[in-house]
Amino acid sequence: MNKRLLALLSLLAIASMALAACGGGGAATEAATEAATEAATEAATEAPAAGFECTDAIGCVDIAPGDPIHIAYALTVSGATASLGEDSKGAIEIAIADRGGELVGHPIELTGEDTLCNAEGGQAAGTKISADATIIGVIGTNCSSEARAAMPLISQAGMVMISPSNTNPDLTDPTHSDHHPGYFRTAHNDLFQGRIAAEFAYNELGLKKVATIHDGSPYAESLQRVFAEVFAELGGEVTAQEAVNVGDTDMKPVLTSIAAGAPELIYFPIFEPEGNLIAAQSKEVAGLENVLLMGADGLFADTFPEATGSAASGMYLSGPYVDVNNEAYKAFLQKWADQIGGVPPSGFHAHAYDATNILLNAIEEVAVVDADGTVHIGRQALRDAIYAVKGFAGLTGTLSCDENGDCATGEALGVFQLSDAEVNGAWPPPVLWQP
Amino acid sequence: MQSYRIKKINFTDVFMWVVGAALLLLIVVGSFLTLQEEKYTAVQWFDLAVFGLAQGSVYALIALGYTLVYGILRMINFAHSEIFMSGAFIGYFAASSMQKSGFMQENPLLGILITFFVAMTTSTVLAVLLERIAYRPLRGAPRLVPLITAIGASFFLQYVFRGLFGTHNRAYPEIEIIKGTVPISGDFQIQKIQIVVILAAALMMALLVLFVQYTKTGKAMRAVSEDKAVAALMGIDVDKIIVNTFALGAALAGAAGVLYCFMFRIVTFYMGFIPGIKAFTAAVLGGIGNPAGAMLGGLFLGIFESLGPTLFLDGLGIPAPYQLKDVIAFTMLVMVLIFRPTGILGERLSKTKA
Amino acid sequence: MSSIQQQNTFDWKKTLQIGLIGGAVGVLIAMVGMVEEFNKRDIIAGTLTMGWTILSLTMLVTGLFAARAAASNASSVVGSIVAGTIFGAVMSILVWIVDKYNIRDILVNASPTLVKHLTFEKGIPNGLFMLIGLGAAVGGLGGVIQILPENIRRAISLGLGIAALLGLLQEIIQVSLANFEGASKAVEWMFGKGTEKGLSLAGAILVFVVVAAGNYLWTGNASKISAGFEKLPQSSRKSFRWLGYGLLFLALIYLPVVLGLYLTEVVNVTGLFILMGLGLNIVVGFAGLLDLGYVAFYAVGAYTVGVLTNLSGELTLNLGWNFWLALPIGVALAVLAGVALGVPVLNMRGDYLAIVTLGFGEIIRILALSDFLKPHIGGSQGIVNIPPPGFLDVIIKTPQTLYYLIVAGCLLALFISSRLRDSRLGRSWKALREDEDVAQAMGINLVATKLLAFATGAAFSGLSGSILAIKLGTIYPHSFALLISINVLALIIVGGMGSIPGVFVGALLLAGMPELLREFAEYRLLIYGALLVVMMQVRPEGFWPEATHKRELHAENAEPQAEGGAA
Repeated sequence: MNKRLLALLSLLAIASMALAACGGGGAATEAATEAATEAATEAATEAPAAGFECTDAIGCVDIAPGDPIHIAYALTVSGATASLGEDSKGAIEIAIADRGGELVGHPIELTGEDTLCNAEGGQAAGTKISADATIIGVIGTNCSSEARAAMPLISQAGMVMISPSNTNPDLTDPTHSDHHPGYFRTAHNDLFQGRIAAEFAYNELGLKKVATIHDGSPYAESLQRVFAEVFAELGGEVTAQEAVNVGDTDMKPVLTSIAAGAPELIYFPIFEPEGNLIAAQSKEVAGLENVLLMGADGLFADTFPEATGSAASGMYLSGPYVDVNNEAYKAFLQKWADQIGGVPPSGFHAHAYDATNILLNAIEEVAVVDADGTVHIGRQALRDAIYAVKGFAGLTGTLSCDENGDCATGEALGVFQLSDAEVNGAWPPPVLWQP
Repeated sequence: MQSYRIKKINFTDVFMWVVGAALLLLIVVGSFLTLQEEKYTAVQWFDLAVFGLAQGSVYALIALGYTLVYGILRMINFAHSEIFMSGAFIGYFAASSMQKSGFMQENPLLGILITFFVAMTTSTVLAVLLERIAYRPLRGAPRLVPLITAIGASFFLQYVFRGLFGTHNRAYPEIEIIKGTVPISGDFQIQKIQIVVILAAALMMALLVLFVQYTKTGKAMRAVSEDKAVAALMGIDVDKIIVNTFALGAALAGAAGVLYCFMFRIVTFYMGFIPGIKAFTAAVLGGIGNPAGAMLGGLFLGIFESLGPTLFLDGLGIPAPYQLKDVIAFTMLVMVLIFRPTGILGERLSKTKA
Repeated sequence: MSSIQQQNTFDWKKTLQIGLIGGAVGVLIAMVGMVEEFNKRDIIAGTLTMGWTILSLTMLVTGLFAARAAASNASSVVGSIVAGTIFGAVMSILVWIVDKYNIRDILVNASPTLVKHLTFEKGIPNGLFMLIGLGAAVGGLGGVIQILPENIRRAISLGLGIAALLGLLQEIIQVSLANFEGASKAVEWMFGKGTEKGLSLAGAILVFVVVAAGNYLWTGNASKISAGFEKLPQSSRKSFRWLGYGLLFLALIYLPVVLGLYLTEVVNVTGLFILMGLGLNIVVGFAGLLDLGYVAFYAVGAYTVGVLTNLSGELTLNLGWNFWLALPIGVALAVLAGVALGVPVLNMRGDYLAIVTLGFGEIIRILALSDFLKPHIGGSQGIVNIPPPGFLDVIIKTPQTLYYLIVAGCLLALFISSRLRDSRLGRSWKALREDEDVAQAMGINLVATKLLAFATGAAFSGLSGSILAIKLGTIYPHSFALLISINVLALIIVGGMGSIPGVFVGALLLAGMPELLREFAEYRLLIYGALLVVMMQVRPEGFWPEATHKRELHAENAEPQAEGGAA
């Protein structure tokens, strides 16, 4: 390398320092922030209609006669995780259709944003939603990473968001910076599900040695970590905590490496299709012929046993407890077949359906209807109504929201066992154990 | 003379040698430690190697498509991964409908052949259409233009398939005759499906070599890849040969799709992406434009991916080594290219490279 | 122009072919679900849905092509009507099949709803006749447009395009305008009411007329105006230019106030891509080094800032540094990564370079994701709790405040890259791009030149990544996928390789527009892909090409282009 090169490189470094020092126009920045806050407060305290005084702490939404009740979705409807978003979106549409597309005399309008299962997508969707003051509530997000970026904005705008599939414990941990008021979820916090799975393995099955696999998604990584911690706490041994990559197909090497520790059970709370491949290939690895397999609600879909084949028979799945004879769920599947076609492509449609119903119920509950049909919805009142939800009978069991936003309390979780019947197309499987 | 030599050894070369040596040392130490631990039995190593071979055969088949097109057009056909996916996808509909009607159970061999036929036809038709619509008008354009077109076509095809057939996972039926294992000796055994994949891939590659070497079209293909203008003067219809090349690569990709799905069973609209990148890597590893290189590169990559993480990293105490599989694969690629800048076997046409 | 000649030149086969191709495209649009999904949105409230807009547009283009294939005006209109009818017929066959057989197990969008949409809810025989009739009418309209003079045709298509765009983006426009008291009346009149989305009929006609007439008048007088400008003395031309810069500067400062929250966010996202685009433009556009792993430096920048500033307490390093301290280090490490990538690839060319850089990008992403480095950089859980930095008394957190930081970054990058372009180094890069061997023979130091290209490119990307870290407040490895590299590459090529204004155009088209059309996410990448393919066919040099590059392309391709034009 010559001197000039070095000189230029250092010049670049200096340039970046200079940039660091100058930042942006200070006065203009202030002006802009002011304008922004002004706009925000204006939007929040829109002039109330005659005869109604908005006393809500964070403002009201007023819906003139003929105007829609506007709710939004923020789901991952494109990319590799598209099936997750499609699954939730279909359920939201069904829940709205169930009410004839109307609520308190107003049509329900559903608009949506793609969140791409990453923080950028979450932030962009969150900004767009929070900029639209007509939006009352949001169903989403699918991935916890999206919620981390979207929720500060949505909470700031006074809206509520109910997630059908975020499971990261941080989001409802009141001491964590990612916890925001107005956030709820019908999905099970990993702390519940990981604990139940570990207790089942240790206490019910009487196992002493387990291994885990995650796929690099925050969901799976967190769930397997909780599982491993609880299992070790109970006195068991975790022989390996391995990982695969999304898109991998050859699971033999990782399974071979796990086989060396001779675990009795492998817990892999991941998604299709990697989960299918692990289940199918585990039977072909020397030393794992008799190992027990356990997955979580990411694999709780009728396509899983079908696509995995005989290897799925005997496998355990932790997941939301849905009564086999639950007529509501059967009816839901029928509606899906009629309105959307086929079967739900992933495992969180029931959560999304429940989330939508909780939101719509709460709107109905807090809505103040004027004589001329104008509806007022207090934003804080709506939040309070959802925090107060107790004993909601949903497809995913009985839901009660706590003060941190967890609506699935873990009581409605169960462990299921797949058998040949599920491999041949029966769904859902019977529940094996409930805490 | 002496002083000239010293001058030639510059900083960057030294740097690369040092990095290369360090990596090699790491690999040797890692492997040594892993083997010393004796965590894995000989049977397990053997299983991994065979599995890598099967996976590598599929990579090799796809890589041939990249390499054939590159040899003739000097373009990376990024959409090739979607050609692979389309074959597997439509093959699925054939296979599953035969399974449902009971035909597959009665005539498994015929059923498998029909699946192959459907998949290969789909891929071929799609590739020919793609060439006609997207690539042919770009002959003679600067190199990046067809590359971007190919990237665009890849997205387009992927999402068309998503729109047409939905997002959910579909699985190939389990076919009885290719399930189970074949014992070799003692604890050593090979799965039937792996034998099928390796043999089928080998057969197809052999056919390809014969085709390129001995048929008239094959000779014309080689002529076109040497020099399009001269080939045209010799009376070869260059456009026709290019279409044939695309068709040939696509047929192999379609077959690879079916083999891949016999092994892994799951079909999705984005399934082509990762095998496509791997196969492209394999093609470059072997020397792009060189069919023998693509085969070698594919097998090499498959085995490396299967054995590498366990062998090199396990002993070093790195958690979840398997996650770093692609790091090993790509580092390997860089190492090979540093010391052999045109791949293991070299570009057959390095003289005329762009 | 005798009638006999006309009959001879009327090419039935070609017309049939065009009609069938158009019909196939229409069927594809319907079967991927675009008609059904897009029919939920109105372009003109209560009159025209977006799904029908797209289908009609396809019919129109089919008519245009059919007319172009014919030789005379009369036969072109007839031809386009015939092609349009064929289009309608093909669609009708599809509808008939979908209605009669249940193929939804295979084709998920072959639904009864689709049949209902495509038959105008009039049932099978009647609806189908309407469909064919519509095809004929719209196809014929395409034929008529084709035979109009060039300037009128351009005015009409621009007017239609802008009207459609406004209808498409009405939600965003309405939300943004809601902040302005005075605008509400106009908004009410222009756009649909209540659940109706899109322009009102009157609004659509107004937009169309204004844009079309404006364009017509402008194309008529543009040359006169620019000639008048040329005639001005040097000094006043200069002052005009400075006035322009001044206005631009003012506009830049007040932009976020005008745009509101969401649009500012879109501008910010676009800005981050502009930063990366300017960097990659140096590597690929100036120096001709094809880099498919550019996202790696973005990741290095973001992770450096994340690790140095975070307060999560979950990582080995818990420095909680100030962002302004971490930023230069992020950029410097990105430069280092650029050189580290540059050294091994010094001897590689073209496509080898492409795959190695792609691999480098993947290596960085996988390392970020791995359990191996989890204690230090967070693994799959990423780095959370990156505090927003302060500048004087302002906390840089809202889109509006971030905007100024991003604009400052973009201006700096713009300045550096435009100065570099015309410098000795810039000319060395171009020489390298044209021919490496010749460049070396001319005495250019290949090692230094290449490494500087990688380093400068990496610096911009690192800067972009550093800003991303504070913008998101959390970093996940999933944010650094290959798709970002591809998108940045595509944007500089769509804009025009080596062209600095091209980067801005490309970023607006490939980063800004997809952001605005987020709700059509399912079809975003499909349309993105199709656009790239079409774009490369009709305008391979990009929207705002570099002058020399454009010249080269057209000189070289005189023949192939003529061939392509016929296809």
